[in-house]
Amino acid sequence: MKTFSLVASTLALALATQANAQSTAAPFKAEVIHWWTSGGESAAVKTLADGYRASGGVWVDNAVALGEQARSVAINRIVGGNPPTAAQFNTSKQFLDLVEQGMLNPIDEVAAREGWEKFLPETVLNVIRVKGHYYAAPVNIHMPAWIWYSKAAFKKAGITAEPKTMDELFVALDKLRAAGLVPLAHGGQSWQDNIVFTAVLINVGGRELYLKILRDRDAKAIQSDAFKNVLTTYKRLQGYVDKGSPGRNWNDATAMLITGKAGVQFMGDWAKGEFSQAGQTAGKDFGCIPGFGANSPYVIQGDVFVFPKTKDPAAIKAQLAIAGVITAPATQVAFNIKKGSIPIRTDVDASKMDVCAQQGLAIMKDKSRHLGNGEIYLSPDQNGALSDILTAYWNRNVPVEKVQKDIASALKQR
Amino acid sequence: MVLTVLVGYLGTTLWSIRVSLSSSRTFPQYDFVGLQQYERLFDNERWLMSLQNLAVYGVLFLLACMVIGFLLAVFIDQKVRGEGVLRTIFLYPYAMSFVATGLVWQWLLNPESGLQQAVRQVGFAEFAFDWIVDQDRVIYTIVIAAVWQGAGLVMALMLAGLRGIDDDIWKAARVDGIPPWRVYLSIVLPMMGPTVATVFILLFTGVVKVFDVVVSMTQGGPGTASDVPAKFIMDHLFGRANIAIASAGSIVLLLTVIALVVPFMVVRSRAGARRNDA
Repeated sequence: MKTFSLVASTLALALATQANAQSTAAPFKAEVIHWWTSGGESAAVKTLADGYRASGGVWVDNAVALGEQARSVAINRIVGGNPPTAAQFNTSKQFLDLVEQGMLNPIDEVAAREGWEKFLPETVLNVIRVKGHYYAAPVNIHMPAWIWYSKAAFKKAGITAEPKTMDELFVALDKLRAAGLVPLAHGGQSWQDNIVFTAVLINVGGRELYLKILRDRDAKAIQSDAFKNVLTTYKRLQGYVDKGSPGRNWNDATAMLITGKAGVQFMGDWAKGEFSQAGQTAGKDFGCIPGFGANSPYVIQGDVFVFPKTKDPAAIKAQLAIAGVITAPATQVAFNIKKGSIPIRTDVDASKMDVCAQQGLAIMKDKSRHLGNGEIYLSPDQNGALSDILTAYWNRNVPVEKVQKDIASALKQR
Repeated sequence: MVLTVLVGYLGTTLWSIRVSLSSSRTFPQYDFVGLQQYERLFDNERWLMSLQNLAVYGVLFLLACMVIGFLLAVFIDQKVRGEGVLRTIFLYPYAMSFVATGLVWQWLLNPESGLQQAVRQVGFAEFAFDWIVDQDRVIYTIVIAAVWQGAGLVMALMLAGLRGIDDDIWKAARVDGIPPWRVYLSIVLPMMGPTVATVFILLFTGVVKVFDVVVSMTQGGPGTASDVPAKFIMDHLFGRANIAIASAGSIVLLLTVIALVVPFMVVRSRAGARRNDA
């Protein structure tokens, strides 16, 4: 029996090697452009590469630092006629122009086989499906507007309970200040200002207002008192940052929480990477609040891969294989644990994920709490214009009415 | 040569003009929307702010660089000991990339960790130097860093100019008993006209394309307070996928440069012609 199994396994190994050799010979080669270059990110992308290799492909990694840079490299190569096999974009309208110009291959086959329609959140589907065809394979869901707090700082300031409303948060911030700590760790860069705004908009404005402003670009809602209240709350938070805030990087702000120098930070769930690198555990050393109230919306942003147009059958095969591998449940869990995000599907084994991710996955099961981030509803141009106004308001004393007017006119553009 | 000029410079400029009149987004499109992109541009507060910053930065940077560079050159021209070492030190900043040194400036100027904190720890508790986080003063910190970098180059060029002045002029001036500062101001400087013009043109092109120092020091912040046109254009060209408005911005910049440089050139060529007549 023993010899038999040995023979069998040798045979299997030989077969597998042969199969591997074959697939290398008939190149299953995939060149993938992405911008995951930091420590945790590289570890994450390695799980995707490993998954693809296990299915018999050859993964050629092409990491380009900075999202903007990586995207323009991908676009230039597509336009120049030498496209990569796959390229990373955000779950947003960033690649819509590429779709409309017919520069991407649809991956309907994989979407149909895996039943994407059944398990992907509507918000993601609406982005990757254009006129009934699927043009991108999602890899993760990031929620940009988490509220993080340092348990050490809270203890020092005598805050016993986690804030449950925006008002309680302000009380906590005041206590932190009284204790001589920096209440709000914030990096004064426009995208981070934008994150604070998003958090205030969902928690103070609520889901309806969020959609009216960002999806419908409803001028009446922008001029409403409810939205004015959102803006003044946003501005009020600015009063809790320290002087060194302008220009600070987000991870330096997170480090202020880790060292207990500051109390609260608004940041996406990638901040967990910083905490875990410093050896801190979610729920023990730091806390995470996805939003206030039992029905707080969960903002969805994330990354996808698109597959540039090619007629080479081997390349198309590679593209379909990648789309299948990266959305498979096992790869999803492995990848997202490293990345700090949550899987695109809720039918996975979450037991290995941390408490924040589990909380996120639980919320994701309730469809009525899904929301897209600004980039999902707005064009890059509109989103940029909005973020210019918000960051100017954060830094300057401008009457709130003027901000409302400016936002209305910025979002009027096509 | 002619072909390079036509295609490489004129051709791309014309293409930018064409794109700036279209509704292009990620890819160029060749429809026609008139001056709509320009209207949008001048309706955009960030763009206006960046133009204003460019003007402030340009004037201060040009003046400070020229004056400091000239003074440094005069200083070295006094046949000081260790001239070679000093020259290298003054020129050294120019040899370094601004992406790297901008970060150092950012740390130096950061009120929580930089100069301000250091001076306070020495004992001057009231000392305040937080311009880099001040909406209205941040642009001056950019000027400081840029002058630090550019003044050495001006010094090198000016020094070459000074060394080109005939020694006989100095002897004659000494015989006449003219104080040295007067010689520099009234005799040497006017004789260095071409050098000054070269320096001016060099610095001026540097002003228009200023980008890396802002990105590495402040990223255009706080808010949009230290934004410059080149950054606005780059943001819209790539990140915001709107090459039409980015092209419109570059054309506005080009027109500004032409409007400033052409009169300068005309005056110079007239002056040259007059000299030839005489």
